[in-house]
Amino acid sequence: MSTTREYIHPEISPEARPFWDAANKGKLVIHTCRDCGRGHHYPRAMCPHCYSADLEWKETDGHGEIYSFSVVTAGKDLPRYVIAYVEIADRVKAMTNIVDCDPDSLRIGQRVKAVFRPSKTGQNILLFSPLESL
Amino acid sequence: MEKLQARLVGAYEHPTRFAPDKSLVQLHTEVALGAVADAGLSLSDVDGYFCAGDAPGLGPLSVLDYFNITPRYVDTTETGGSSYVAHVAHAARAIDAGLCDIALITLAGKPRSENKSASSVALALPADRPERDFEVPYGPTVPANYALCAARHMHEFGTTSEQLAWIKVAASHHAQYNPHAMLQKAVTVGDVLSSPMVASPLHRLDCCVITDGGGALIVARKEIARDLAKPGLRILGTGEAIKHQSAGDIDLTFSAGKWSGKQAFDMSGVTHDQIQYASIYDSFTITVLMEIEDLGFCKPGHGGGFVAEGNLISGRGKLPFNTDGGGLCSNHPANRGGMTKVIEAVRQLRGEAHPAVQVPDCKIALVHGTGGSLGTRHGAATLILARED
Repeated sequence: MSTTREYIHPEISPEARPFWDAANKGKLVIHTCRDCGRGHHYPRAMCPHCYSADLEWKETDGHGEIYSFSVVTAGKDLPRYVIAYVEIADRVKAMTNIVDCDPDSLRIGQRVKAVFRPSKTGQNILLFSPLESL
Repeated sequence: MEKLQARLVGAYEHPTRFAPDKSLVQLHTEVALGAVADAGLSLSDVDGYFCAGDAPGLGPLSVLDYFNITPRYVDTTETGGSSYVAHVAHAARAIDAGLCDIALITLAGKPRSENKSASSVALALPADRPERDFEVPYGPTVPANYALCAARHMHEFGTTSEQLAWIKVAASHHAQYNPHAMLQKAVTVGDVLSSPMVASPLHRLDCCVITDGGGALIVARKEIARDLAKPGLRILGTGEAIKHQSAGDIDLTFSAGKWSGKQAFDMSGVTHDQIQYASIYDSFTITVLMEIEDLGFCKPGHGGGFVAEGNLISGRGKLPFNTDGGGLCSNHPANRGGMTKVIEAVRQLRGEAHPAVQVPDCKIALVHGTGGSLGTRHGAATLILARED
């Protein structure tokens, strides 16, 4: 079962640029507030929890847990793909695809690790893959 | 507590489900004329106009130019498919505030003839949508977004595909009496489960139809409503809410209906056992199941048991819902189902529903709309409507 697909290229907004630069280095960073300590996703120009502008990019180990997922039938003769929300930090979930996996064997709560694949423009996209398959 | 005085006096659903030979504004015109005729009024009486993102051009400017009327009040609240449910509340408040006397709300669209199926195409969001880069690359089709809710609901509460299928079964049972319904055949739980998987755990028959068409509503000042041929309906309670990803802390197990429903019930003073009929937004079966929980018809997580065994079928179950066949079987014009939800509640309260599905002596009904996507961002709007005493 192939789960390979072409990734639509991100436009990359100025405030999220460091997230995308980190992705190109194979790293997952989470925009985190220095005042209240909470992280958020997608990255914003202010902390959406306490509205502070004092934010930093925290690198994670890329590990996460599947919060929910769906195996999507894209169309006739197109490969199925897995869309998911993965919890990438405490109370921070990200929409993503689960790749390099048997879609029918996935389960909610499964541990996954960040992997990166280039979009059509070469910009790395954040994806996840089951930990045990790495 | 606030009591709204304005009355819901007109409703019209376009009979078409496929209109390749009509323009979008033509459909808006036909439903507008249908609704004013239903109310016993004329388009020239309208002095308030409400529309949302489905209206062509610059919304009210383009449509009102085409109608050649100049209302003194307009509102273009856009919360997707729930917009028109919210518009009823907004229109009533505008009328009660003296801003207009007779408000027209229209919806129309042609996604079927334009082949704009939301089900198989990833949303191509414009570049300035802040969430775009963090969703579009992953192929978040509309069914996939709702499937994420369904999968989590099943995980947390043990909800099953069979239970979800009962929602389609109930809608299809009603649709067989609606000669305009796109799908008129009664289906079984087995039919739903054996239909192709679109986005697990949602099958094709867990999804609503894609139709051309539209509908319109008229809200009028109480003193005007009194002189019309058909009795106006009271708007006892209204509620609106927005729910989103909470900056990453999203909880997919409930919808904004939890908040809009509470507002509407609190305002109305009506209890759940007094609701004799409910129009519940049904973009997907999971939408209905979550909303029934969020509106308080059962405890959180108990929706599966509640909807099973025909409990939503008129004449058989405890909560007759979507007796026109709903979006699941009859009509989901412009990929927005809120308008038709209000219209079927009007039919029920007037006793104009098909005899096979009419709730006997229907006095109080609930309407609930959702717009956007339960899996990401959505608006909710709830109305509690009643016949005049």
